[in-house]
Amino acid sequence: METNIMIAGFGGQGVMTLGKFLASATCDATDKNVTFFPSYGAAQRGGTANCYVVISDKGIGSPIGDEMDDLIVLNGASLDKFQDKLREGGRLFVNSSIVDEARVRQGVDVIKAPVTELALELGNPKVLNIIMMGVYIGYSQVLPVDVVWSTIEHKLGSKPNLLPLNREAFEKGLEIGRAQRS
Amino acid sequence: MEKIYGRTKFICEDQVSGFCPGCMHSTIGKLIGEVCEELDIIERTFLITGVGCCGLHMEYVVCDNVTAPHGRACAVGTGLKRVNPNSVYISYQGDGDLASIGLAETMHAANRGENFTVIFVNNGIYGMTGGQMAPTTLVGMKATTAPKGRDPKEHGYPMHMCEILSQLTAPYYLERTSCNTPANVMKTKKAIKKAIQNQLDGKGFSMVEIVTSCPTNWGMDALSALDFLEEKMLAEYPLGVYRDRSKEEV
Amino acid sequence: MARVLMKGTEAIAEAAVRAGCRFFAGYPITPQNEIPEYMSRRMPEVGGVFVQGESEVASVNMAFGACCGGERAMTSSASTGISLKSEGISYSAAARVPLVYVNVQRGGPGIGTIQPSQMDYLQATKASGNGGFRMIVFAPATVQEAVDMTYRAFELADRDRNPVLVLSDGVVGTMMEPVELPPMKTEEELAAIKESKKEWAGIGHPIGKRSWIEPGTWDTDRWEKANQWNASLYETWTSEYTTYLLEDAQIVIAAYGISARIAKSAIDDLRAEGVKIGMIRPQIINPYPYEAYDEINYDVCKMILDVEMANPALHVVDVEKAVKDRCPIRTCLRSGGNVMQKKNILDAVKEILKEQGA
Repeated sequence: METNIMIAGFGGQGVMTLGKFLASATCDATDKNVTFFPSYGAAQRGGTANCYVVISDKGIGSPIGDEMDDLIVLNGASLDKFQDKLREGGRLFVNSSIVDEARVRQGVDVIKAPVTELALELGNPKVLNIIMMGVYIGYSQVLPVDVVWSTIEHKLGSKPNLLPLNREAFEKGLEIGRAQRS
Repeated sequence: MEKIYGRTKFICEDQVSGFCPGCMHSTIGKLIGEVCEELDIIERTFLITGVGCCGLHMEYVVCDNVTAPHGRACAVGTGLKRVNPNSVYISYQGDGDLASIGLAETMHAANRGENFTVIFVNNGIYGMTGGQMAPTTLVGMKATTAPKGRDPKEHGYPMHMCEILSQLTAPYYLERTSCNTPANVMKTKKAIKKAIQNQLDGKGFSMVEIVTSCPTNWGMDALSALDFLEEKMLAEYPLGVYRDRSKEEV
Repeated sequence: MARVLMKGTEAIAEAAVRAGCRFFAGYPITPQNEIPEYMSRRMPEVGGVFVQGESEVASVNMAFGACCGGERAMTSSASTGISLKSEGISYSAAARVPLVYVNVQRGGPGIGTIQPSQMDYLQATKASGNGGFRMIVFAPATVQEAVDMTYRAFELADRDRNPVLVLSDGVVGTMMEPVELPPMKTEEELAAIKESKKEWAGIGHPIGKRSWIEPGTWDTDRWEKANQWNASLYETWTSEYTTYLLEDAQIVIAAYGISARIAKSAIDDLRAEGVKIGMIRPQIINPYPYEAYDEINYDVCKMILDVEMANPALHVVDVEKAVKDRCPIRTCLRSGGNVMQKKNILDAVKEILKEQGA
């Protein structure tokens, strides 16, 4: 079983962090193979950012799959650019705060979460990616919740004051993700 | 009879200098040798020679040595000294090596204040390759690649390395000397000793620029070359101390 | 041994540190910037030295200097920066200095693109500088291999007193993957390594026992002997490679590094559809494992497909030499910084199958 995941959004939305956390949690708490590939460009800020995560029971071939099982899009431009990479019946996680749902293609499962608004409600726009992490884990159950949380906790180790906020953000996402499981 | 002068142990006993008549490389090699002997560091000294006539020294010295890629002596010296701080590293470079192809390496090693000693032999011309124009060739001076003489409009002006490096904060000691008279030879020896002592004391980048002659490629006999050196070269390259941080320390 | 998730470039740097590298000089260029950045943090922790050189040229010569001084030292760059290092690499080969260096390939020629490629194959394997010297060249396909090969590179460089190259690329360099790190060389081991180089290292010697690190000489006979000695050294090397499902393969993919890894995904898909396809993957690309191609059953195999991220094809030069006209060869190429897609390989194979069926 191999899962190809792509995460895309604006630079600054925490796209790479989300991908890295997912890969880290897989590495730390499972015996599965995992790769994380950040597509890199010349600009340091702004523009679009995207990364690939592959999780597999066997050896991973390409870390940059042609076809995605899961696509997480945090902005509209990423939806337009990458939704055709999603396989038929694949799962599309959208930031419904800013992504125009009318543009979403047919034949895929759509999981919606207004993560930009929710992050602002929580008082920090930066936790948008952690909410989406919760949504993804809550819906896909690809990894145990406590494993993912301990990775987040570990990565934020140097900033313990941010932990309560991130915990709240993660829980919020889990709730939204779980609620959309059929 | 008491022996009051002998050849320095620094020069291989079985070697005879192959430098051209009137060339000062052999004099400078001898001075470095005498200094290393007096400081008792021959057995922990490593000579990094530049490419060109400088590299001929590898045949003559008893100490460890390498010929660095052309112009890179200061980069090679950086690597060597950083991993072996107790060894003594002396780079020995000509004007093409230090001031043309190796200008960046020289400037940046000086700017980092690397703790080794640079001996810069400036004779205003490329020697081994046969008299091509150097960054230090005088205005009007003929070279095989400037047959009508150095023309500032086309070739720019002679580069003054002591003055240029003295604009940097890090270098510890910069002095320009010559070997055209016995008195200047003694001054050069003193400067070399100071530059090496600075390294032993961990003071940082020290360079002695020695203005010399190249009778062969200047197209002169040895004595005329000495006159030219005194009248023209030293007018362009004034002797003196351009930086001495020890004077600032109390 | 616990596995850790590491980026290729950082894993290479940590492997070097664990192998005893205590001097690193480098100059920024994408996609290998994490190597100098990592070394700038890590070297002081282990009592080593990091220098950001003023150029690639200076950096390689600093590392050359540190190696002359008996230390394990490394430099790294990407493609166009590697061209600048060729001076110091050729000098290392000439002077028998065990320099280890890493090329994280990007699109070429020239400044090209910053994205991944395999366009330095011929430079890496045939002529990494003037003078016809040779080096052992590793080609990792995973972060784990990048780690293991970097670690071994220092052993082989010291064994032969010859430079060793780890030829990576922008994918292996920038991706993160779980790795098991090799053991850290102890202070005692490092002291022993340095002691073993004492005779020739530029650290000072008693009169009469000088070390003369010679990248050249005036004596043509002596230099010819040096050339002959080097040539005989190169003869002692053996290559390394892996094969995948070769036995009944009607089509054999020839690929190294990241392309081989992507090809393996394609092979698995094709095998699931019943296509008899396999692969030869060189892990050391110089010396090249020509003998691997003798394992192919040419009664069955009707096509070799060279898969690489370079255009014109470069690796194919060695594939042709190995196959010796026993079978036709095709290429499947991406380049310019565009990464090989599994689909490209599937399409190429399906094209071949279509022709063969006809």
